[in-house]
This record gives sequence, structure tokens and C-alpha cells, in this order.
Amino acid sequence: MTIEEAENGRDDMLIDGPDRVNSIPDGFNANYLKVYYGRLFPHVDIFKWMCYGNDGKHPACDKSYFGRREFSFTLDNDIYLRFQSFNSASELESSIREKCPFKIDIGPVYSVDPAKRHAYAQGGDNVFAPVERELVFDIDITDYDDVRYCCSGADVCLECWPLMTVAIKVIDTALRDDFGFNHILWVYSGRRGVHCWVCDGKARRLTNEQRGAIADYFRVYKGNENSNKKGNENSNKKVSLMGPLHPFLARSYTEVLMPFFEGNLLSSQNILSTEERYEKILSMIPDESVTSELRGKWQGRSSNSKEDINVHRWGQLKHMLQSGKQKGQGLRCVHEIVFTYTYPRLDMEVSKHMNHLLKAPFCVHPKTGRVCIPIDPENCEDFDPTAVPTLSELLQELNTGVIGADVDDEWDKTSFGKSVRFFRSSFLQPLLKSCKEEMETSYNAKLQQTKNNLSW
Amino acid sequence: MEIVGSYRARIQTESVSTLPLYRSAPSLEVRLEDFELYAMDRLRVLKIISDGLSRGKKPDEMEKLVDNLWKDNMRHPDSSEVINKDIISHFVLRLVYCRTEDLRKWFLSMETALFRYRFRLVSSEAQRALMANFDLPCKAVSSAEFENLSDKLKEVARSIAPNAKSTPTADAIFYKVPFEEVPELIAGRRVYIHKGYAYVAMNQVVSLLVTQFRSILSKALILTNRKWTSTIREQEKDRLTPIVEALCTSYLGPDYSQPKEFGEISVKDLDQISKNSFPLCMRHLFDKLREDHHLKHGGRMQLGLFLKGVGLKLEDALAFWKAEFSQKVGAERFDKEYAYSIRHNYGREGKRTDYTPYSCQKIISLTPGVGDHHGCPYRHFSDENLRAALDRMGVGSRAVEDVMDKVRNRHYQLACTLTFEAVHNSQCDAGINHPNQYFSDSQKILQSKQYCGIKSGNLAALETVMPVVLSEVREAWELVVCNHWYSHGNVETSASGSSKRARTPGNGVQVPSCLVDGCTADLSKCRDYHRRHKVCELHSKTPIVTIRGQEQRFCQQCSR
Repeated sequence: MTIEEAENGRDDMLIDGPDRVNSIPDGFNANYLKVYYGRLFPHVDIFKWMCYGNDGKHPACDKSYFGRREFSFTLDNDIYLRFQSFNSASELESSIREKCPFKIDIGPVYSVDPAKRHAYAQGGDNVFAPVERELVFDIDITDYDDVRYCCSGADVCLECWPLMTVAIKVIDTALRDDFGFNHILWVYSGRRGVHCWVCDGKARRLTNEQRGAIADYFRVYKGNENSNKKGNENSNKKVSLMGPLHPFLARSYTEVLMPFFEGNLLSSQNILSTEERYEKILSMIPDESVTSELRGKWQGRSSNSKEDINVHRWGQLKHMLQSGKQKGQGLRCVHEIVFTYTYPRLDMEVSKHMNHLLKAPFCVHPKTGRVCIPIDPENCEDFDPTAVPTLSELLQELNTGVIGADVDDEWDKTSFGKSVRFFRSSFLQPLLKSCKEEMETSYNAKLQQTKNNLSW
Repeated sequence: MEIVGSYRARIQTESVSTLPLYRSAPSLEVRLEDFELYAMDRLRVLKIISDGLSRGKKPDEMEKLVDNLWKDNMRHPDSSEVINKDIISHFVLRLVYCRTEDLRKWFLSMETALFRYRFRLVSSEAQRALMANFDLPCKAVSSAEFENLSDKLKEVARSIAPNAKSTPTADAIFYKVPFEEVPELIAGRRVYIHKGYAYVAMNQVVSLLVTQFRSILSKALILTNRKWTSTIREQEKDRLTPIVEALCTSYLGPDYSQPKEFGEISVKDLDQISKNSFPLCMRHLFDKLREDHHLKHGGRMQLGLFLKGVGLKLEDALAFWKAEFSQKVGAERFDKEYAYSIRHNYGREGKRTDYTPYSCQKIISLTPGVGDHHGCPYRHFSDENLRAALDRMGVGSRAVEDVMDKVRNRHYQLACTLTFEAVHNSQCDAGINHPNQYFSDSQKILQSKQYCGIKSGNLAALETVMPVVLSEVREAWELVVCNHWYSHGNVETSASGSSKRARTPGNGVQVPSCLVDGCTADLSKCRDYHRRHKVCELHSKTPIVTIRGQEQRFCQQCSR
């Protein structure tokens, strides 16, 4: 079946559409994607980014750098093409246009051109190995299913999305302040989560062990289905905090988690409103006397004050815990509850290994049709996943807009333009600038060294 | 290795401490016996360290263990030779363990552990001397900087040891290092980090050195490997190569990548054997799969590879997973999304590696997330869930308490061993180190019990209980009934004997050839069956053959 036929089928179903010429039906298909890759997808920016300054004329440039990067394409019908590599922006662009992949993943930079890896396989031991890779993080809202009541699975709404916002804030601050990284890109994954790319040279050269260490630094949440079954008493702990908090956790708690929990999540998710829900929290409190007293207060009585029932009950709970005999334990318990409900839950495996693939920014999610646009971590609370442009919306904007003379800037006419401009100005340009500086200093150091060697 | 006269003098001045860094291979003369003996001694040390670590021993326990081990195994009658023995044995083992990725990995982590605990045992003076020997990228934090950070540093110290009275004071030494240098401190949130630098307290410095030690050794191992494959192996073909190749196989144990002992199993038997012989981790996954008709990636890997090791063939594995998954996601989606990874596990896709089943150590170190069922139940289950699961396994209440006690002390493998013993009502001295070992040990015990069953003539009843091993049992049974001239003991010994025989072709030293006098048939291309019994196809059917001068006939029923 040709694409035209597929399109016609679609059109036939839309006969009741008021304005068939201008309205582009929702959804996702290869035809839309072709237009998107042809006219909107920022091929050159992706190329520039992945070059990290190695496409310049500086003598220290590594010309083979971009060509050793793995791209992998998922085509229609889940045909998976791994180890694609390209030598130039135009090669990348023409391959994307031709193959029209439903998904583009970015892998590591290998020691040799991944497309020719078999040629090197005979050469001996382990010549084909990843040598550089951005430090990446993947956070999915599905991992929060046990603490959100508005949606489940892949669904996301404005009630639960703030959990992602919190995750971005906590991780972003730690990456910058603790680890000293500067070039960090946050991207909406297109449906149910966010991706993070840390692109500093230092980050790209981390070993697997070091990546694992950073992932573990962020790990607080140790839950799996089996360490926590509903109805089990005293074992409902997914977060286990020993004693006082590490400065990183303490900062996250006071600056982000606690304000969000009390000011937002408590009432938006109605965490303490029904018996089933408050029992879940009570089961996290080891002290029987506290839980039974609270249960007594909450059972069968709706709060008569004007205050939100969740806030009211939380206040009672906090008061009980913190005024008890064992203050330290009570405080720890409050910490554990707040961390359980708000602390970021990372997909650890993605971050730990260099050879993990991650979907490229500006891809289109095949299920939602939404574009994976960057998120500004400084204004991440303003990000609305339901307002992210979809493929059909974009094409409509393209159609209604005046076709300008300047083809390169065509996307400026679309809602998508803002995202690309953000990508360039706050991520790509600073990144390339520091790549250049880094290259310059390392080159000068090398030059100095050879000079010294000569003088000997 | 050659003699260089001046070396001995140099080595003594260099090593003020008794802990060498193994920077370069010594130019010492070594007798061939010592070459092997020293290596064996060190290997014993490393092996026990590996056991200790996998049993989850705590740092202070490990410290004691290493101290005793070292004193027992690495002493030398001539005290000046002790350090040489240390160095020589290390470099011999480097040769032995440089040859594959897995060997390197094992050696690297054991040597690093050894170094860590030995470092903790030497005097603080020697520690500082060692630090100076490393080219460390760190500098001590100045007092002005310390003042600025002291709050944070105290916070960290409290979070590590909430009960300790002492908090860092101005005279405490802290080192400022790039965070990349201390991954284990980062992973445990045991240091304060700011703008890419970690502030390491004096008592944590060992982590810093260990990282350095590890990375230097890791690089050296790869170089040694290159040298080994390019020159040494060929040069030393008659002298060192056989020793080196024999040394590593004697200790690594089977990796269960090929099901050897129990042949194949089929899908319909799985339910039964999962009840009888699966360790808790696998049984839980299996039950969850049957219940939910779905497992997440980690669970699919852990169970899938285990089943492969147990003897489930690819076709059966596909049928099995499909039967479950299609109830949830539909057959079409299974073929599209999941079948690939199953074929991948069997080495039929991607880079075509035949993946090995996960060991206990690997499973314990996994970090299952929400909705995951993999990992080690003894480590990842809550108290109540574990109790309930053990109860379902049929572990008696007293045994459950014993198991829980091991769990509390984080001896997860011991807990599993106790479970094994309770379920099978017999001893397991070797301990459980691998889920597939649990399985095969369990099958061995069940088989010997079955044999007793046969003796009482209850063969029909048996067929329903244990369909899998029946062929084996029948073979054993026929051993007794079969009338021929090969004498043998009871079935139990012959069963364990056959498992040993089955393993020998794996270690690569022996080239399988037909045992019949004068027969030179190359068995490496023959069917497994002929290789296992060291007889070529022709001679397995010949009525009379001579082996070591004796006239014999290969019995096709009992394979002797």
C-alpha cells in the first residue's frame, strides 16, 4: 500500500471535517513525518551539537569524531537499524529524509566507525568499544504510579506532571552545583517523561563505574513491588533514610521537595483524603501509638474546618511525629514520607552504561505525535506537556503561514520555532563556545609540551 | 624473567611498607615450581576473598579475613623472600587472568579488594608513604576553605555515622579531588561534593587509592593480554603456557552457559520443576509471569537466561514466553517486541553472544525498580513478603527464623543455602553461588531420592512426579540392571561421576579423542554424546574394541 492510499483512507474518514483543505487530521503517519524531516527537523543543529566543535578548522579538531557516533533508526513496523554513522551534516540529513525513521536514537561515540565495526572485529581484542557518551538520565512518570492518583501508566495530566518538574529541579541543581556540570539539556520525551543530556567534556568521558556512582548518588528510592505490598504493616517503606540527611538531600528537601509536597501535591493528589490513601502513609510510620491515634482522629469524620482536609491531616500527622518522645525518629519518618512521594525516580540502567541509546531531541513520539522539545530547567514549572506542538499542528501552521523566501528559518513561523531558538541560544551556543576553549587550551598545552621536549 | 643482580637490593629500599604497588614486573629469577606454587597460594587468597564478598561480609569482617588469609598463605620461610613472593605471585596471576574479559574482571576486583584491606591494615605512616607513591590529583584543603565548608562537612559526617561523637575539626585533614576519582564515595553519598570536587576525609583516602590502583591494574592487564597473545604464549608454549592455562580453570567454577547435566527440559515440565528445584528468585519470577503474563525487562533477562541454563531450548523458550505474554499483549506484539530479545539471549541476534545466566552476586547487586520482580528476594523483599514466600516454598517455621537471621546480617547467599537445605532436607556444604547451581544440586538430590523410589518398584508413580529427570533415572536404573562387564558402585557415585565427566570438555585443556587404542578420530566435530563418552561413532557400534589392552564393548544403553 502506498502512502497516498493511506492518506486517502484517512481523508475519507474525515468527511465531516468543516474545512478539509486547511485542517490536518490528528495523528501520526509517515507522510507527515516526511514533511517534518524535510522542512522542520533541525538536522544542522543536531550535527553541530554532536560534533562538539570537531567540525571546525582548528588543528586540534578530530575529523573522525562525528563519524564514530552511533545513530540508530526505528522504521515503520519496528524495523530497527543500529550502528548507523555519518560523516557530514548532509549525509545525516539525507539519510533521515530517505529512511524517514519513526524514532532516532543517539548512542555513544565508538573507537572506530560503528558502521565498519565488523572490519575491525578481526583485528584483535576489543577494538570496537564506546569511548565517549553524554551522561544521560531518563525519568518516566510511569514509575510514580504508586503515588499518583490522577492517572496511571503512560497517561500524564497537569496534576501529576509537576512530579517531573520537581525531578528536573532536584537533578539539575545537583548536576550543576555538586558535580559542576554546565551544559545540560532537558528534553520532553514526547509522552510520559523527560530525558536529560549532560554534555560537558568531563561528563562525556566518564567511565561506566563513574556513571554508576553518579546514578547511585541520586538514588534514594529502593522500592520494588515486593518490598511493598499493600496491606502489609510497617513495611511500606520504599525510601529508607539513615539518620540525618546528606547535604544534597537536605537541600533538595528544604528547597524543592517539602514546599512542593505541602504546597501542591498534598491537595492536588488528595493524598490523605480517603482511608485507603491515608492508610498507605500510616503504614510508613513505625510507631504504633502514633498511627492508632491518627487513625482514630481521621476515621469516619470529615474535617469541619474550611481548611483542605489533606493539609489539615498532614498538619496533625507532622505534629504528632515531631512532638513524640523520639523526635529524631519522627523527623526521619516525615522525611521518608516526603521523599517517597516526591523524590525523583530515575531509570538507573540508562545512566549507568555508555552504550545505552537515548531518543534524540526533536523526534516525534509515534503514539502522541508530540515533538520532543527541550525544556528550560529554570522555568520548568511553566512547561505544559499537553501544549507541546504535535506533528499535525505544526504542519497546519506551516500550511497557513506564508511560505517565506528564507527556507532556513521556516520554523520561525511555527510554535516549534521557539523551541529551536531556545535549543540554540541556551544550550548549543554556550556548549560550542566552551568546546572551542577546551580545544584551544588542550592544544596549547600539547604545543608547550612538544616545545619543551624539543628544547631538551 | 631473568636475573638482574642489583634488583634485590633495590626492591628492599623501595618497599618501606610491606604493600607493593606492582608497578612493573620484577626482574627476578623464579624457579618453575615457585612460579606455580606462589600463584596457587595467592589464588587461594583471592578465591576466599571472592567468597567472602559474595556472602556479603562487612568491611571489618573482611579486614580480619584478609589479615588471616594473607598470613596463612603468603608467608615464606625466608622473611626477605616474602615481598618477592607477593610480587611474583601477583605477576604470574596477571598472566593467568589477562586472557579474557571475564577473567580480567574477576582478577581486577579481587586484587583491588585485597589491596583495600591490606591498606587498612598497615600503619598510618606507611599509608601516607603509599599515598605519596601514587600520583594523586588531590591537594589538602586549606584551613580557610575548611572554615567555609565545615558546616557541610559536618553534615556529611553526621549522615554517615549518626551516633559518632566526633565531628571534623579544623585540624582534620581533608583532600579536595575531582569527584571522578572517588566513585564509591559518591555512590554511597559519603562525601561532600561541590562544583565537581569531592572533599575526602583522611579516613576515606583508601577509596581514592583503590580507584587509582584499580585503573592502573586494569590498564596493565590489557597490555599484558596483548603481550600474551602476541608473543609470550607462543614463546612459552612448552614451559609456562600449560601452567598458565591450567591455573585459571582450576578456580573459576562453571558458568552454566551450557546446560550439561540434565539435558533438555520441555515447556510442560516447567511448572513441576519450578516447584521442586527453582531457587526463590526464579520461582518468584516464574509465578509472577504465570500470574501477570508479563515481566519487565530485568525479570525477563534473569528468568530467561536461567531457563536457558536449565536446558530450555530456544524454540521452547519462544513458545513458553509467547504463551504467557500473548495473553496480555497479544501474539503479534510478542513477535514484534519481545521475541527478538529472547533470540538475543540465545545468541541469535545482535552481536550473537551466548549470554550466561546471572550469578547470585550479579542478582544481589541488581536494583529492581517499581513493577520489577527480579533481583534477590532475600535482599529485595520486605520481611513479611519474604516470610510468606518461604512459607510457600515449604520452609518450616524454625528454618524461616534461621533464614531471616542470615538476611538481617545481609548474608543473602547463606539465607538461600539454608532455604535449600530446609526444602531438600539435606546438607549443602558448598553454599549457593548461582541459581543454576541451586537447580542442579536440587535435581541431583531429587534424583537420588527417586532412585530409592524405583527400588521399591514405584516407577509409574514416579513418571508423574518428575518427568524431567526420568530419562536420567532410567539410565541409572539400567546401569544396575544392564548385564555387562564394567563394574560400578552405587548409582549416586556414578551420577556425580557423570556430571564431572560432562564438564571436562569445557576447560579446553583436554582435546577429546576416542579412547580406543589406535583410533585417532577427532571428536571435536562429533555429536556431544560421542564427545562426552570419548568414543567415536564407529567404535561405539563395534562389537569388540581394545582399550588399554583390554577387550571391551561400548554399551549403548548405559554409555560405558
